[in-house]
Amino acid sequence: MAQPLIDLINISKTFDDTMVLDELNLSVQENTFVTLLGPSGCGKTTTLRIIGGFEKPDTGRVIFDGQDITQLPPNKRQLNTVFQKYALFTHMTIAENIAFGLKIKNKPKTYIDDKIKYALKLVNLDGYENRSVASLSGGQQQRIAIARAIVNEPRVLLLDEPLGALDLKLRQDMQYELIRLKNELGITFIYVTHDQEEALTMSDTIVVMNQGYIQQMGSPEQIYNEPENAFVADFIGESNIVPGTMIRDELVEIFGARFACVDKGFGTNTPVDVVIRPEDIDLVEPENGTLTGVCTHLIFKGVHYEMEVTTPDGFEWLVHSTDMCPVGKQVGIHVDPFDIQIMNKPASEDEEAVGVNE
Amino acid sequence: MNRKATRFLAGPYIVWMIGFTIIPLAMILFYGLTDSQGQFTLANVAAIATPEHRKALFLSLWLSLVSTVICLVLAYPLALILRNKNVGKGSFIVFIFILPMWMNFLLRTLAWQTLLERNGVINGILSFFHLPNIAIINTPGAIILGMVYNFLPFMVLPIYNVLIKIDDDVINAAKDLGANSMQTIWKILVPLSLPGVISGINMVFVPALTTFVISNLLGGSKILLIGNVIEQEFTKGSNWHLGSGLSLVLMAFILISMALMAKYDKDGEGAAF
Repeated sequence: MAQPLIDLINISKTFDDTMVLDELNLSVQENTFVTLLGPSGCGKTTTLRIIGGFEKPDTGRVIFDGQDITQLPPNKRQLNTVFQKYALFTHMTIAENIAFGLKIKNKPKTYIDDKIKYALKLVNLDGYENRSVASLSGGQQQRIAIARAIVNEPRVLLLDEPLGALDLKLRQDMQYELIRLKNELGITFIYVTHDQEEALTMSDTIVVMNQGYIQQMGSPEQIYNEPENAFVADFIGESNIVPGTMIRDELVEIFGARFACVDKGFGTNTPVDVVIRPEDIDLVEPENGTLTGVCTHLIFKGVHYEMEVTTPDGFEWLVHSTDMCPVGKQVGIHVDPFDIQIMNKPASEDEEAVGVNE
Repeated sequence: MNRKATRFLAGPYIVWMIGFTIIPLAMILFYGLTDSQGQFTLANVAAIATPEHRKALFLSLWLSLVSTVICLVLAYPLALILRNKNVGKGSFIVFIFILPMWMNFLLRTLAWQTLLERNGVINGILSFFHLPNIAIINTPGAIILGMVYNFLPFMVLPIYNVLIKIDDDVINAAKDLGANSMQTIWKILVPLSLPGVISGINMVFVPALTTFVISNLLGGSKILLIGNVIEQEFTKGSNWHLGSGLSLVLMAFILISMALMAKYDKDGEGAAF
């Protein structure tokens, strides 16, 4: 693989005796859309602020394009940030906001004017030059914040939950907008969010974080289909996480029933955690099912029905299906081998937090 | 609650305002525009043009202006430091700052008189170390010192209140876009805190312009400010008509100052407390 554009090496950060980041290592390739995903307090925003230069790590180094920039202040870094609450300059017009970075760098006036026009066109707000910040909606303000950042031609754009304050419909529109922007600009995006759907929609690479550690890093498909531990499985989408025993390669026993799977290398008769996505469970006639249970819950969700099937051992399986199964009906549970994801059991609570962070 | 009851609740305030604002203002207007026979005249107002009154007014304007500028120069960096320390409103440093404001204004000025007197505390200490004495008491310098000392918190607080409301990320955004610390202050913080500055200027300039206590205690009887002139017309000269007429002139200056403030601080952001 090519040399990464950004390399975080052994970054640790403590706020008031609370460890926020612990020996974090992360590499970001040029021209990728990387999302830092995790619950609040997982260290994702701190990681972004360390890359942006707004926080200094206690230990560790930040390497940008082969240069150590750990001690460099934000105004000397070749990257720009889009802040959560837009952080526009309310005493300036839209054009003055966008021109701010270029004026600081003493660019000629014609160059600045061209750049403003270009940036406003890029974020679909042509003609807004002389409007005031207060006259813009939240979504428009966020576009201006993006325009203000990209006119400086940064090599990396840092985005700190930029869509967090917008309503659902606007958020979805902006997601497509951001993907388009990234492809048009051909620069690296590092995006922070706690919204797993947002992360799955936009990213080339997702970095799932919890308690200051990277839990898993991979493409959206990998993260969703092959979660490496219970935290990732639970955080990304909904899932059934059940205890099981790996009988041998490609065969797992759950609640006494044996399911064929595709995972290998866990040894024989090893206790494991099994992840099965609710949409991967097929409800069949009881005699065709690997396990049988009774449907105990039914909710219409719009796109699909959400059902709960309780098996004799008391476990409630979450099932998503477009086919309805009435409450009280006896059903069989069938899962295709490739829809079963096997994970090692964490040896302790600590290891659960550390996850896959080497 | 119905409208009648609401109106009833406002009653005490209406009585208060009529009794202590409207009626006194009307009385000043009446006295200022009449002579001792009760005849309408502009002579009391025009009396500002006499050399000694004009001199007092200009000296008042000059000293207030100098004090306001000194307060601003001292207060702005201080407010910036307080903001960057992220000390919060209830913090100890801010508390220390407003502590003198709770002490009697007259007492504080009297204390300065004691400190600055020819045989006062400061000169006592200087003599002890065989250093030359200072002769600042009864000079315009002493009046400016008293004004700055007494009114500085009124400049710091409105500026601090506006600065503390500026989101950290707005400052971060400026730095992110390449601005260094000085550029961030001049291009972002100063313009955004202008309402607080305007408010602070008013809160210092208006009381400084009208003061007669500070000039009485620290300026001796030699330096007459317009406040002293008006005070003497009421207390010593017993010419209420002239005192009121001069007050009207002073009021015009205050109204101009407040009109400027309203123009620049539309949102009331700079409101001090």
